[in-house]
Amino acid sequence: MELVVFVLAAAMILVGAVGVIVRSNPVHAALSLILTLFGVAVMFVAQNAHFLAAVQVIVYAGAIVVLFLFVIMLLGVDRSEDLSSEPFEVQRPLAAIVGLGVIGLVVAAVVSSRDAITVRGTGLNVADTVGDGDTNIKQLARSVFGDYVVAFEVTSVLLVVAVVGTVLLTRRVKGSGKDS
Amino acid sequence: MSFLAAATPTTTWYLILAAVLFGIGAVGVLVRRNPLVMFMCIELMLNAVNLSFVALAKKMGDIGGQTTVFFVMVVAAAEVVVGLGIIVSIMRRRPGATADDISALKG
Repeated sequence: MELVVFVLAAAMILVGAVGVIVRSNPVHAALSLILTLFGVAVMFVAQNAHFLAAVQVIVYAGAIVVLFLFVIMLLGVDRSEDLSSEPFEVQRPLAAIVGLGVIGLVVAAVVSSRDAITVRGTGLNVADTVGDGDTNIKQLARSVFGDYVVAFEVTSVLLVVAVVGTVLLTRRVKGSGKDS
Repeated sequence: MSFLAAATPTTTWYLILAAVLFGIGAVGVLVRRNPLVMFMCIELMLNAVNLSFVALAKKMGDIGGQTTVFFVMVVAAAEVVVGLGIIVSIMRRRPGATADDISALKG
């Protein structure tokens, strides 16, 4: 059963990821991205990260991809681009070599060190079918609001800076013409 | 279906899948010229790293991995907002700009 879930979610992730980079229409690429993000959410559930799976669907698939689609429609770039011509001929072979090299190196590292990963924490509290189902959320909340509370507070500053910075970046200055 | 029940995916499988996803995202950033699609490929790479964090959190029994993923998601959201703001202001000035055109910014 676990294997079936893994294979299906892995197929979703890989099909979506390849779709993002080969689709010539940016809207189709964004929709392929949603497929990948849902596959990753399924993987999160399979790895007992229930809260993160919910956040993945709400924040990534819900907010970020919608933001992408908004920008695509706002800029009017929702038409296919010509992917057949390549101004710099060696770019694609070089990119393929770099990509395969990255994959090969990481896979080699993972496979060679697979016995070196040892248990070091106190274990994840798995959501229990008979007990309360939100132990993962409680455990994550204790970690975020306990050990990492300073980082959490800094995160709020980051979000304010991002919002203010974006408003400044995209603001049209009055009186200086249409395109500034 | 008994042969399906025999094999259960281990942490190594998840890490290899994350490596492949990261590689696809990296190739996308290198190949595509539309800055929006390059951004989506960066999201793919962030998701690959998140996936390996979650897999290792389960394997090592440490909730710290999931906490890190939580913060990565927040930073990714902030990054997308700022990045799309930059893309909107570039595209407004030069409609249909690709990543190559932005090299005109070089001093």
